[in-house]
Amino acid sequence: MSETLLEVKNLKKYYSSSKGIFSKKNESVKAVDGVSFTIEKGDVFGLVGESGSGKSTIGKTILRLHDKTEGEVRFKGEDVFSLIKKDLRRLRVQTQLVFQDPFSSLNPRIRVGDAIGEAMVQHGLATNKDVREKVLQVMETCGLSPYHADRYPHEFSGGQRQRIVIARAMALNPEFLVMDEPVAALDVSIQAQIINLFSELRKKNGLSYLFISHDLSVVEHLCTKIAIMYLGNIVEMATKEELFDNPLHPYTKALLSAVPIPDPRVKRERIILKGDIPSPVNPPSGCKFRTRCPIATELCAEKVPEFRDVGNEHFTACHYV
Amino acid sequence: MLSEALLEVKNLETNFYTEEGVVKAVNNVSFSIGEQETVCIVGESGCGKSITSLSIMQLIPESGKIENGEVNFAGRNLLEMSKKEINRLRGNDIGMIFQEPMTSLNPVYTIGQQMIEPLQEHLLLSRKDAYKKAQELITLLGIPNSEKIINMYPHELSGGMLQRIMIGIAISCNPRLIIADEPTTALDVTIQAQILDILRDIKKELNTSILLITHDLGVVAEMADYVIVMYAGKIVERGPVMEMYTNPQHPYTKGLLKAKPLIGERKESLFTIAGQVPNLAELSDSCYFADRCEHRMDICLKKHPELKETSANHSVSCYLYEGEAVR
Amino acid sequence: METVKQLIYKEKKPVKVKSPSLWKQTYRRLKKNKLAMISLFFLIFMFLLSFVGPYFSPYILDRTDIAYANRPPSASHWLGTDNYGRDVLTRLMMAGQISLTIGLASMFLSIVIGAFLGAVSGFYRGVVDLVIMRLADILMSIPGLPLLLIMGAILSEWKVPSEYRLYIIMIMLSVVGWPALARLVRGQILSLREQPFMQATEVLGLSDRRKIFHHLIPNTLPLLLVVATLNVAGSILSESALSFLGLGVVPPTPSWGNMMDAANNYMDFRKRPWLWIPPGLTIFLTVVSINLLGDGLRDALDPKMKR
Repeated sequence: MSETLLEVKNLKKYYSSSKGIFSKKNESVKAVDGVSFTIEKGDVFGLVGESGSGKSTIGKTILRLHDKTEGEVRFKGEDVFSLIKKDLRRLRVQTQLVFQDPFSSLNPRIRVGDAIGEAMVQHGLATNKDVREKVLQVMETCGLSPYHADRYPHEFSGGQRQRIVIARAMALNPEFLVMDEPVAALDVSIQAQIINLFSELRKKNGLSYLFISHDLSVVEHLCTKIAIMYLGNIVEMATKEELFDNPLHPYTKALLSAVPIPDPRVKRERIILKGDIPSPVNPPSGCKFRTRCPIATELCAEKVPEFRDVGNEHFTACHYV
Repeated sequence: MLSEALLEVKNLETNFYTEEGVVKAVNNVSFSIGEQETVCIVGESGCGKSITSLSIMQLIPESGKIENGEVNFAGRNLLEMSKKEINRLRGNDIGMIFQEPMTSLNPVYTIGQQMIEPLQEHLLLSRKDAYKKAQELITLLGIPNSEKIINMYPHELSGGMLQRIMIGIAISCNPRLIIADEPTTALDVTIQAQILDILRDIKKELNTSILLITHDLGVVAEMADYVIVMYAGKIVERGPVMEMYTNPQHPYTKGLLKAKPLIGERKESLFTIAGQVPNLAELSDSCYFADRCEHRMDICLKKHPELKETSANHSVSCYLYEGEAVR
Repeated sequence: METVKQLIYKEKKPVKVKSPSLWKQTYRRLKKNKLAMISLFFLIFMFLLSFVGPYFSPYILDRTDIAYANRPPSASHWLGTDNYGRDVLTRLMMAGQISLTIGLASMFLSIVIGAFLGAVSGFYRGVVDLVIMRLADILMSIPGLPLLLIMGAILSEWKVPSEYRLYIIMIMLSVVGWPALARLVRGQILSLREQPFMQATEVLGLSDRRKIFHHLIPNTLPLLLVVATLNVAGSILSESALSFLGLGVVPPTPSWGNMMDAANNYMDFRKRPWLWIPPGLTIFLTVVSINLLGDGLRDALDPKMKR
């Protein structure tokens, strides 16, 4: 039995969007609408979805960068939202976040070495004397040269900046990393370097990740367990092998078939979904995917499909599975 | 090539003058696009693929200058045309689609107002006819409720919808060539699949040629007839799509194909191309890829290799393919 | 053939290892802007002239000599004398001391008040923000010049001695100046808060103090510097306008504004241009230089830099 690191239970996050002072209707955007999952120690949990699916919101909410609307988040058994300030700072050391955009996640006026070292000093993981040495150590693990420490972020390319951001997170020696689309802004050749770095760090430091991405091929390469999100809900969740070999939910199938394959010899039947992702302010009744689903029936409009285990640790929410 | 060239770019050179020095964004680039052919330019950010397309349309930013070369469209050199002639060509014979559909439409005009503009300007349609045609276009692109959409403002529509509208504007005057600069990069996969489908249909129905700029090798494999790979402002390899994927020659092309994780592949670690893209303002005489190349030889550091044909229509710029004599 | 791994570490090391601090980089870029550098040197010259110049003047500031009144420029009086026989150049230099001091001091005061209130407003938001910003709104909705005129008139009414008026004017100018600054700083901080790098400080668990002093404030400094520079020009102009109207610094204390008062007199205006052209020109050139320098700073300080 492996150790449970993170437990998310029925998490909900609504943003209220009142339309002006005179409107009485107070509509809310249901960014995350009842999501549950657990991450075991050593897992790389992939959270996949298109824009507006709420995947980034989950990442930020479980780190308590946002308030929750409802539900529970437990890190190593402790309720993250009931922590007092002192305990929260302790949590900050154990969990870290890597952002999507390496350009804006570094303070432009702080030298790279200082940016990596400051949190170490603040949390007492290094003293003013040995911080430099420790910073250089972390930088080396992340593939940066020592002289990079005395430069400013704007002097680096996107891939190097992402390394810096990763080094900054790794400096605190966390157990759990949330990665919010960490390679989406990078070029293919650089993307491969960063993905390999993630694998290395995981092997070396025994890290667990929550890996948020829209790119199925990257997720398949890196993750052990995957959840597919649509409009604030998880529609399918399984181990990597199960999910890719035996996708059940029609949305998962469509997503998989939509990924272009870099081989002109492969000609396949595509499932092209109709229409757009509906607005999360006013999602469709019943199954939220029904408006675009190729196999939707009346039942789907009436009843919300239950998120259930279909065996083999494979969960899905569809009436017709 | 399928037929006679519609667009022929010869020795195109575009430089940017920046604080750091002269940046050779497009460095001696030549290629051609035949009628009804889809040519893809692939490359990573900063390789000059977008600037190539902007140079063709003469839309490069102010700090840049086209130094050299010819861009022949249907037998006429675009670089020698007057502003007025170019304007007539843009939108009429050549349609353009940009990466960011959100920012390529003016937020203060309705979709309809922006769609009828080129129709009135180039096809000299009356306002009423132009509106009718715009509605037809919207329906053609698979958007329901065209009468409603036409009176909406850009912010009321999603990115995928707007990109369709952009395509609608680009094809409204039956252009012979569509230049699409990363048209699906800002969109979700399922929407990307829709847009690529539309582009394919358009090509079939309107008999247009497409110049597609992208960084996504998957998109290239699905769309292209002919592929051009650019690196640091230069073409390093070009060839028919089958050739490029079954028999890539340049180490960079090979690396790109190997570096991308594939669905169903599941390997331990990914192939990587070491190092970074060079700073275009500080290029030396060597092959620009030399310091990242795993097959580097002495000669690679002395001179950038020429683009040489290795088989029919397939050219590569690498000393590995220049025969034993060079080594 | 080398392996890929070796290649990574063979990456060329740059000649210069440590990059210069951002302020140095800014100065380097500023140096390339000729107009801004000329302005900077002109301003330094004005300072030297005003603060060091009087020591080299053979004339005593307030000594009147009716016999030498209204002389045009000559070898002994380079800019002539005024209608009390005082040397215009000496008075111009002394006036410079006062005008520049008022400009700088009132700028400094309004920056301190504005930046502090703005930062508090932007960081803590809520009720504090509401109160401060409404106060700023009220002050900003009253046109500046009439407000200053009224305050000036009150000063005259109360017969405040000339040497104290100086300080009161500084305070007056800062009262009018801070709301715009506070708004600016607040806006800046509100937008900085939402930047991913500020979220990163939260994830890293940095203390509030560290967040404010190491991350927020250094990022507002460049903008503040530019605005402060431009603000000095505004203060000098307001002071001149007030003094010109006789409501600011009053004679015998000289200021560029009240020296211009000579232009009010028809005879002086027509016949004795050396009385009002020099102060007019100094005001004009100083203000233009400050503005040019401010623009240059704005370009040089852009932290995003060119890509």
